[in-house]
Amino acid sequence: MNDISVLIGGKAGDGINSAGLTIAHLFNHLGYRVYIYFDYPSLIKGGHNFAIVRASDHKIGAHRETADFLLALNNDTITFHTSMIRPDTEIIFDKDNATRATGTSVPVGEILTAENAPQIMGNSALIGAFAKTAGIQWDVITEVFQRNLQKETEKNLSVARKAYDAAQIKRTVPVIGPGHLPIITGNEAMGLGLIHGGMDAYISYPMTPTSNILHFLAEQAPHLPITVVHPENEIGVIIMALGFAYAGKKAAVGTSGGGFCLMTEGLSFAGQSEIPVVIVVGQRTGPGTGLPTYTGQSDLHFVLHAGQGEFPRLIVAPGDAEESYRWSSLAVQLAWKYQVPAIILGDKTLNEGTYSFDRKEPGELHPDPEIPGEALVTGPGYGRYRLTGSGVSPCAFPGTPETVVKITSYTHDENGISTEDAKISMVMAEKRRKKGVRLLEEIDRLEAVKTYGGRSSPVALLAWGSNKGVACDVAGLLGLRVIQPIVISPFPLRQMKEALSGVTRLVSIEDNIEGQLGSLLAGHGITVDDQVLKYDGRPFSVDELHRKVMEVLK
Amino acid sequence: MTSRNLITPAQNTWCPGCGNFSIQFALKSVLGELVQSGTSLDDVVLVTGIGCHAKMADYLNVNSFYSLHGRTVPAAIGIKLANPQLKVICCAGDGDCYAEGLDHLIFAAKRNVDITMIIHNNRVYGLTTGQYTPTSPLGFRGRSTPGGTTELPINPLELMLASGATFVARGYTRNMEQLRSLVKQGLLHRGFSFIDVLQICATYNNMTDYYHEHVDDLKDHDISSFEAAFWKAREWDYNADARIALGLFYRQVMPTFEDRIFAHPPDNTDRQKRIEEILQEKM
Repeated sequence: MNDISVLIGGKAGDGINSAGLTIAHLFNHLGYRVYIYFDYPSLIKGGHNFAIVRASDHKIGAHRETADFLLALNNDTITFHTSMIRPDTEIIFDKDNATRATGTSVPVGEILTAENAPQIMGNSALIGAFAKTAGIQWDVITEVFQRNLQKETEKNLSVARKAYDAAQIKRTVPVIGPGHLPIITGNEAMGLGLIHGGMDAYISYPMTPTSNILHFLAEQAPHLPITVVHPENEIGVIIMALGFAYAGKKAAVGTSGGGFCLMTEGLSFAGQSEIPVVIVVGQRTGPGTGLPTYTGQSDLHFVLHAGQGEFPRLIVAPGDAEESYRWSSLAVQLAWKYQVPAIILGDKTLNEGTYSFDRKEPGELHPDPEIPGEALVTGPGYGRYRLTGSGVSPCAFPGTPETVVKITSYTHDENGISTEDAKISMVMAEKRRKKGVRLLEEIDRLEAVKTYGGRSSPVALLAWGSNKGVACDVAGLLGLRVIQPIVISPFPLRQMKEALSGVTRLVSIEDNIEGQLGSLLAGHGITVDDQVLKYDGRPFSVDELHRKVMEVLK
Repeated sequence: MTSRNLITPAQNTWCPGCGNFSIQFALKSVLGELVQSGTSLDDVVLVTGIGCHAKMADYLNVNSFYSLHGRTVPAAIGIKLANPQLKVICCAGDGDCYAEGLDHLIFAAKRNVDITMIIHNNRVYGLTTGQYTPTSPLGFRGRSTPGGTTELPINPLELMLASGATFVARGYTRNMEQLRSLVKQGLLHRGFSFIDVLQICATYNNMTDYYHEHVDDLKDHDISSFEAAFWKAREWDYNADARIALGLFYRQVMPTFEDRIFAHPPDNTDRQKRIEEILQEKM
């Protein structure tokens, strides 16, 4: 099995993230599937940043706890990661700044001076030396730099070349295939999925780990029929999105738990007024401001129950880039079809993780856009909340000739006029309920619960969100089954029971302390036998989860 | 749509003598006038917050977005950006817009979004039965402040001028001709129009006599001068006794938020094609 891990570390501002991406592209060109975990503290300059690039011959979504190659721009990279260094780890280091290292010494300072290059290009020197150490052909570097570096490609290449020539081949990474795939983050996959699903407007206030959706879409907006707005706060964000949707434009928003707290009044309003909206919630370690740049899965119950009152909501928790793309697209389409709020629940590991993206994988992306038999009739008799068999009322928008469109946050009649009438209140509650039932029927026709690995194994790992990747790796090592619910609400109980068929021992894996998915399943009469929980803000490595699952099964 | 009954069959539940009737009448008659001059009612959207003022959404037979407390502005901005052809009017309360939703109001002025804000400023919470609001005078005895408030009111005109509003006016519910004129000018102004309407609350804060004695129309005032507007706006601080000027304080034509956002027309590239291109770039 080809499975290679490279750690690159340095100070914030050293360009560690882009260096990690460049290394991933080198492997991509050799035919590998890649995954990058990027770890950084909440500051702008200084501090210790590192990226772990993993390359494998199979689809991956988790890092390993030791490195085959370690690239150090400073001493911290050596001292902070001693546990990642094995006797056979190849260390490539900046001669002047990583003085405590042994291995391939790179005269970064001298090279930069000779090439009259700025400090930031130091990582190109390290990449050049790494490529040589790993026996990667020079033309691969040329191609990757030319394709992926935005500026000063030639100078970066000259810097890399000097380091490449000075280094020795230590361990040749085999070329395993000709094809290569796009490499994108979970955030970019969600952004692309939203575009695919027909989103017209993205409205967001910056918050880690979803700010990069805002940045990505703002950059793409001039080349697409979409509007991107950054309002004053998250309350403004969600209400503005509802304004867009009321006027006929499909809107999505993005935030993390703290921003979602402010959005909950708007979420409940969306439920009452039946205005569709898509909300990306990228979880990070809470409570409060928590660990802003670290991961967590502690907001599952929050998104399930946020907002006063009862109303149907779609919640999806994709586990990798392909699922992020697919389910973000579906979230837009289904939110509009059923006129409900939809939440795309991510986590920092998924949102800011970087993955090989296989376009062929996502599968069915186009559910029927409308519920059959319920045609829109505009004109003087139009009622925004007309009662129908499905509970979904055909939607008109302001500007429609002779048609008055009234929406409200109050309990209302079919025309959207506020009411306190007991019977109408009851009928409208039932109308909303019906939509949830119809939505569940539709969810049931999609692949809402997935299984992987040893599908006949009586022991199953239950994982959600980004833990899908690490669970699949561990299940591969131990011959276990993996069960991953992608849709959280309405809960796909039938599919979950089917996935559990023959399972005698269920081990849940979650990045929280209370086992939130486990308690959700308990509410549906499904018992989790063992829990492997992690709540230090860091994602499981394959090796750590492997040990923990072994301990549990001992 | 050129004409229709502008009042819905919904039962009106405002108190007898409520200032909201005047604002509703002013708005209704201005809309009627606009229809005469070619505006289609189909393109009018009324956004309201929560409070007595907000029942306007149920009572006026036009497109309406009956929002949450304090949340007229973000909805109005979303609607305007989604469809710039629409004429978007916000009716908001003083508790609604100056307390719960003040941040949004400042940003609407800052952005110069082409919407019209009519603030039903009765200087008391009516629907929650009589508490002080941001514009209640110092010492106001409400149900949450039985010993009188211990804070000074804000001056919304001063605040809106400082925030960049391009149309700032003050009206009074017992001065109908002027109120109609201000609402109409506000609706015709391209940019953010702000009209603070001093309104009687017949039940909890009936200031009819006080206003009757203190209001004056603005005279010999240069509406293009920010300094003159600011000075006039500061004459009465919503607290101490002073003459209360009514009318248009300031008007300035500036590019709107929509003008700037849509300076480049949206690119109608096929989404699938663009997704493919982006993925190619990521290879």
